[in-house]
Amino acid sequence: MNSISLNADLAAISRLVVEGAMLVYTFAFLTFAYHLSQLASTKKAVRAGATKLERVGIILLAVAAAIHGVGVVLRGISASRVPWANMYEFSIAGSFVVVTIFLFALTIKDIRLIATFVAGFNLLILGTADTIFYVDVKSLMPALQSYWLVIHVMVAVLATAFFNIAAALSIAYIFKTAKWVKASKLKLVDLMRRILALFPNEEKLERLSYRFNIIGFILWTFTLIAGAIWAERAWHRYWGWDTKEVWTFIIWTIYAGYLHANATRGWNGKRSAWLAVVGFVAILFNFTVVNLFFKGLHVYSGLK
Amino acid sequence: MPSSQLSNEPVNSPEIGIKGWLRWTWRQLTSMRTALILLLLLAAAAVPGSVFPQRSADPNGVTAYFDANPTLAPILDKIQLFDVYTSAWFSAIYILLFTSLIGCVLPRTAAHARALRLPPVATPKNLKRMPAYKSASLTTKKSQDALLANAEALLKKQRYRVAIEAASGKTGGSVSAERGYLRETGNLIFHLSLMGVLIAVGIGGGLSYSGQRVLVEGESFVNNLAGYDSFSPGTFFNESQLVPFSVRLDKFEVDFYRDKTLKNQANAGTPTDFRAFVTTTLGATGKSTTGLIRVNEPLAMPNANIYLTGNGYAPSITIRDKQGQVVYSGATAFLPQDKNYTSLGVIKVTDVPKQYGIISFFYPTVGTLDSGALTSLYPDAAIPLLSMNVYQGDLGINGGQPKNVFALDIKNMKQIAGGKSGVKGLRLQLGETVKLPNELGTVTFDGLKRFASLDVDYNPGGVWVLVFALLALAGVATSLLVPRRRVWIRQTETGFEVAALARGDDPVLEKVVAEIVSELAPKKIKKESDE
Repeated sequence: MNSISLNADLAAISRLVVEGAMLVYTFAFLTFAYHLSQLASTKKAVRAGATKLERVGIILLAVAAAIHGVGVVLRGISASRVPWANMYEFSIAGSFVVVTIFLFALTIKDIRLIATFVAGFNLLILGTADTIFYVDVKSLMPALQSYWLVIHVMVAVLATAFFNIAAALSIAYIFKTAKWVKASKLKLVDLMRRILALFPNEEKLERLSYRFNIIGFILWTFTLIAGAIWAERAWHRYWGWDTKEVWTFIIWTIYAGYLHANATRGWNGKRSAWLAVVGFVAILFNFTVVNLFFKGLHVYSGLK
Repeated sequence: MPSSQLSNEPVNSPEIGIKGWLRWTWRQLTSMRTALILLLLLAAAAVPGSVFPQRSADPNGVTAYFDANPTLAPILDKIQLFDVYTSAWFSAIYILLFTSLIGCVLPRTAAHARALRLPPVATPKNLKRMPAYKSASLTTKKSQDALLANAEALLKKQRYRVAIEAASGKTGGSVSAERGYLRETGNLIFHLSLMGVLIAVGIGGGLSYSGQRVLVEGESFVNNLAGYDSFSPGTFFNESQLVPFSVRLDKFEVDFYRDKTLKNQANAGTPTDFRAFVTTTLGATGKSTTGLIRVNEPLAMPNANIYLTGNGYAPSITIRDKQGQVVYSGATAFLPQDKNYTSLGVIKVTDVPKQYGIISFFYPTVGTLDSGALTSLYPDAAIPLLSMNVYQGDLGINGGQPKNVFALDIKNMKQIAGGKSGVKGLRLQLGETVKLPNELGTVTFDGLKRFASLDVDYNPGGVWVLVFALLALAGVATSLLVPRRRVWIRQTETGFEVAALARGDDPVLEKVVAEIVSELAPKKIKKESDE
């Protein structure tokens, strides 16, 4: 029955491909960052030239995403299973979903301005994955051998990607409405102010963030339920306050609070934007600190 | 009541005061702001449960914490930090939250039920004030006359509830429409389902039970309280819930990943499958059936599921005294200590004049560390070896208290082999017999079996928790994704005006208005009128 085959050579190629994608992400990130500074220029001619630069950035980002996707698929083939069974794989698959959703959303909504954030974020995640989380391709421990690995984790990745984009929009909102940004006379803040002026207005940012968050919340609710169904099969109880279950619950509760905040006078706007950011920080915490340092049943980082 | 009269009333009438205060408290508790704060409090209160070990999930961790922090632990225990999710403060928050939820949702349900029976609200006087607004002209008399009927048909097709208002005075006739009642329905279903989840968790937990049993290959156990190594019943558990059946572990198989190419050392020895082959016999019919239990694939029995939660080696050991009489014989489960199954077991020999105990390590594939200590290099039994340290003295089992079979209390015992006793510890390969110290006789490593840790669980609430959770999911998706909006279309002197108002977030409000305008005033007609 030992039919699992691992292909270490292919895994090494996959890693190289992912590193190649990182290189292109770097170019995309630099292009977007430079583009933003150009856009914020006081000279009209400089601003006019920036549009071309943005197109180059988007193309670079799409190329990076395509290479990234190839890397993720190769990793899956090398392990003969879905490529999200440990932290390294979850990082490369998750960041691929983030960039895919972003590129897809671009065709519906004009959210080009957070491209810098998306490119930078993916670069950071891939860099961490490649240097800290990397593990050789491994066979699945029996507890992970379930179709729920496909459903539960895939939906969790999707939810995380939506929350991620929403958090980026909320951060833009927070800066845009911050008093110190409005008042400061520092040159750097002035540049930031001019960049922020390019973003959609506050109301639009808030609404966009809300829309990404509600999709994230529905997906997260599903992740929680699917996790409980799987836990009932694998761990003989549907809920046991395992550290990962605790944090899934905490994140769900924070975003439930966020949704209520949006319907409460005095809590919408800045406070709800902060809640969206806190929720996403909790997700990052859940993925990094809880995985690596907390004791629990979800010890799947594959790291020692 | 006019305010001038109010001031003449006695202000501090205690009865009214209490009533008023209660009403004020209730209103505060059921407000959205309170729900929001309670939610955030609940999130914060859940955090310590992931930082400190919890008795429910990790009882050994709690014991270890007490050992490591003897002064701090009792203080933390007093504020229930090892039982966070059943603590008074955590319970207080969620009980308040659910009270707030009921107080908010029940009146809303009633209001929604009323709204479902009422026609859409009257068309507001000034439609221009609405968030989405457009006007258009109709120049033919025919299209002007047909406007309201067309508008009604169009909106009905788009599943709006529609009411027509006749013209009065200067104001033209209008159509008032509303859609998306499902948004509120979904919202209410979501909140009520959460109540359902909570109740199902509570009742299900009360009726549940969970029993653990370690079985060595060839052994069996019966589903009654005496059959379990440990058993945790819910509050309403009754022993009659245990359906009589027995389970025998026929065979236990493990697959470890073997790396033929030797390119992936990291994965060598990773378990890829555990299989427990069992024979179950129902007490009522005496019928036996064979079954297979794997991780993720429990075996369904009447009123219980049997799960595979652990496994390890059980070396068969026979001990004979000086005269060659067997004083101990059997396969003993050894607990795995690392991923290569270095395992620890305890043997207690009581059937002799002077009791003794053995602490033994089992190495399935033995190797030697640089320090000279033994270790296991691979989880499969390629070069099995047992090492033993022997202790003589009081085993502490005469007091009648049940003792942990996996631990030896050496407080009142003297080590006679291994360690600093002056006598080397024993080492046995499979099939070997060696002499015990102090003329105690011999010990033989006869054979090697495996054991499985089984968990027998019953929770009738689970399925209801799932039903309510899925209802909640459907409810929350509906309430967040279905837009609720009101649309008004009113005749004007030259044509008509359309306005829309969203209740909640509605990304397509302006588009809806534009579409209605183009439907009711097609370009063709406009062209005709232009000529």
